[in-house]
This record gives sequence, structure tokens and C-alpha cells, in this order.
Amino acid sequence: MNDISDAFAAAFAMVAGFDKDLAEIVGLSLEVSLSAVFIAAVIGLPLGAATALFRFPGRKVIIVLLNAFMGLPPVVVGLIVYLLLSRAGPFGVLGLLFTPTAMIIAQVILVTPIIASLTRQVIEDLWREYEEQMRSLGAGPVRSLTALLWDARFSLLTAILAGFGRASAEVGAVMIVGGNIDHATRVMTTAIALEVSRGDLALALGLGLILLVLSTCVNGAAFLIRDAAQKRHA
Amino acid sequence: MDPRADILPLVLDDVSFEINGMRLIKDLSCTFEAGPRTAIIGPNGAGKSLFLRLCHGLLTPSAGTIRWAGPDGADPVAAQAMVFQRPIMLRRSVAANVDFALKLRNHGKPDRTAIIDEVLGRCGLRRLKDNPARVLSFGEQQKLALARAWALKPQVLFLDEPTASLDPAATHAVEEIVQAIHHEGTRIIMTTHDLGQARRLADEIIFLHRGRMLEHAPTETFFTEPKNDLAQAFVKGELLWWKLGKDNRRAGGYEVDKAPRRRN
Repeated sequence: MNDISDAFAAAFAMVAGFDKDLAEIVGLSLEVSLSAVFIAAVIGLPLGAATALFRFPGRKVIIVLLNAFMGLPPVVVGLIVYLLLSRAGPFGVLGLLFTPTAMIIAQVILVTPIIASLTRQVIEDLWREYEEQMRSLGAGPVRSLTALLWDARFSLLTAILAGFGRASAEVGAVMIVGGNIDHATRVMTTAIALEVSRGDLALALGLGLILLVLSTCVNGAAFLIRDAAQKRHA
Repeated sequence: MDPRADILPLVLDDVSFEINGMRLIKDLSCTFEAGPRTAIIGPNGAGKSLFLRLCHGLLTPSAGTIRWAGPDGADPVAAQAMVFQRPIMLRRSVAANVDFALKLRNHGKPDRTAIIDEVLGRCGLRRLKDNPARVLSFGEQQKLALARAWALKPQVLFLDEPTASLDPAATHAVEEIVQAIHHEGTRIIMTTHDLGQARRLADEIIFLHRGRMLEHAPTETFFTEPKNDLAQAFVKGELLWWKLGKDNRRAGGYEVDKAPRRRN
């Protein structure tokens, strides 16, 4: 019980004191996760929509793989990205290992399949409804695809949020490729892991509470946007 | 391609359509010239909707050919439109639904605004133009589907049971719009379950039964003296389908009546 009340006290003290180190960690967490989600959305939305719309050889394989990759273990992804970016790896010359960029790359790999799979499902359902009308109007593949993505934008926001949830919560990948270096690659989840192994459970839990509040805020904001927009467009 | 060149006549030559080995449209030949309005009638499962979709190019025939026999240079895709039984509304405003169709035909912005205002006005939807299309009533949605088709100024408009689930007032409104579109020179080809509507709207009737065209006659002739006995029963409103249907081989033996062309 003490740990939990201490955690609240620690969390409150950190926020109230506006600890500079904390602000840095929170800032980097948001930067890495939001960048990763943005890039994953740029890749995943069209990819998911394309697998919903077009019939091409290998389509089913891609669908199964995307679905399977929704559950990729972060440590495995971290390890693969580590091997690719390490000095001896193929992209070693870029010197990206243990930088925020490496963390973003790892998270893009984790998040893209989630966004692409959920997008495919949403767009497939909408396409079933729209297909004849689109073909009747003479809409080509690109126009159909963009129209579907636009019309499904409220449902797709949920897909993107699922991706954000994954990115902001995972620790395995960013730990391996980022290295949890203070003032360089330390993010909320790796800081929590560190404090746990150090035995400062109250501080770890305090950080955890802040992370929870942050992700609730992001989801709440998205909900409000969606709700307001949906009332206007149904 | 010249969007103004006539795409008609539409010529169907020995068209069949099958799904999983089931022949749903059988050896159908006919020609649609410019001018008259055609109603395709027949019981459920006769193939009316399939027939319309084949003509419109949404389906490809399993055998036979469907061709727009207008002069070279005509663009059949851009010169036709279709309104479906269940209106398909984009998740956008009323005006944006029409705008989307116009953008696909590469109309400029001022042009689009003018056309949208015109067709929404003529379909009685102007005051709803900023409303989301999907919260409109079913009747209003169907009117919007017609407005969207009308905005394209098609040479041929296909309508698949456009009033199937509408009340009499909405049906009347839709029929008025169809008439107005026709008066501007658009060829109307529609399916309907409503014999009264076929009488009101059509110059000629095509009677389909189990994928075969059993009669193709001017409306007047069809309703007063249908040649085919199934058509006779259908016009009288007799529910003989399940009895006669067992012996549908028989239906295949009928000569398809070539309708005399009026109006052109």
C-alpha cells in the first residue's frame, strides 16, 4: 500500500516541481511515438486501403502477414533493427544506433502492421458499399482509394490510436535500439524499467502514472475531435 | 474523346451471363436507340438488375457482346450514369456528393458550383446542401442520387428500381425528376416492380422472366395485348410464377417481339 501512495506522491512531486529531466523524458517519448505513428500512418493507410481494393498476386499472403505482424514481439523487432543498424550491420555506416531515429524506425515497424490491418478491414467494408457507385461514376483506382480513405477518416482515427497505444507503451524495442541513455534516448517506458530494476518502485510507478495520464489525454483529444466532426458529417 | 458525341445506340448481341454455372441472363439480344424511355419489368429473380448492370458495364457478359454503337470518338463511360435501388451516399455533405461526381468529370470549380446549385434546386434539395448526406431521409437520399446523376448530364441514365422502398409522395417526386431528366434529352432505361410506374414513365416495355426477354413492345401494346402468356398473367397481376415456372423451358421458345421504333 505504501508503494502506491508513495507513487502518487512521487508523481505529484515530479509534475508539481516541473522536473527538467522529467520534461525531457516526456518530450522525447512523445516525439518518438508520435513521429513513428505519423510515418506508420503514411505507409499503413494507403497500404491497408490498397490491399482492400485491389486484387493482385500475393494479396492474401500480405493480409496474413500484416495480421500476424500486429503481434510482433517488440524485443524481436528491436533486435533485428539493432543488427541492421549496428556497426557491422548493413546500415551501420549511418551511425543511427542508440539515437531517437533508431527508436522511431523500430516503432514504425511495430505500428505499421496495426494501422494497415485495421485500415484494410475498415476500407474493405466501405468499399463493399461504394464499389458499384464508384465504378458507375468512372472513378479510377487512385480516386476511389483517396475517396475511401477520406470517407472512412473517423474510423481510421481509431486505427491510428491503436498504433499510438502500441508505440507509447512498448519498452522492448526502444530499449534495445535506443539504449536508455540519459539525456539522449531515455523515454518514459525505459525510465520506468530502469527505476524498477534499481528498486525505486515509487518513482517507477509515478512515471507510469504520468504515462497513463498522457496517453489518456491523447485518446481523449482524438475522441473529442472525432465526436465533433462526426456530428457534422455523420 | 469527345464527350458530346452520341454513344447510342446500345446493341446487345446474344448476351448471356452466368455465375457459378447458373445462367442468369440467357441469349438476350436487343438494341436501345436514342429517344424513348424503357422500363424493364418482370418478377423477382428475372434478371432485371443484372441486365441493367450488364448494359451499364458494371458486369461483363459471359457470352455475347454489348457495344455502344455510336460514332468513333464517343466516350461511353463519361456519357452514362446509374441510380441504384438503395442510394449510395458518400459520407459527405449533400453538395459534396454532387461535387465528387463532377470532379471525376474534370469540371472546373466555378462550373461545379453552378451545376450543383442548379441540380439541387431542381431536385428540391437546395436548403439541405450543407447537411450530411447520410442523415437525409431515404426519399431525399434517392433524390440526391438522381441529382448527382443529373449533374453529369448523361446521355443514358440507368435506374434500378428507383422508388422500390419509397412512399407515394417521394415516388411522385422521383418520377417528376426522372421525367425532367428525360425532357433534357437523356435516354432513360429503368427497372421497376410498379406496373403503374411503368405505364406512367415508359414508352416501351421489356418483359424479363428467368433471364430471358419474353417481350419487347411499346407500353400501350404491352399493357393492352401482351403476346406472351406469362406477360399476360403478369399484367393481370396473377401470381402464376411458381406454377408456370416449373415449365420454363417453354418460355424459351417464344419469339422475342421487336418493338417498332417510335420517336426517332
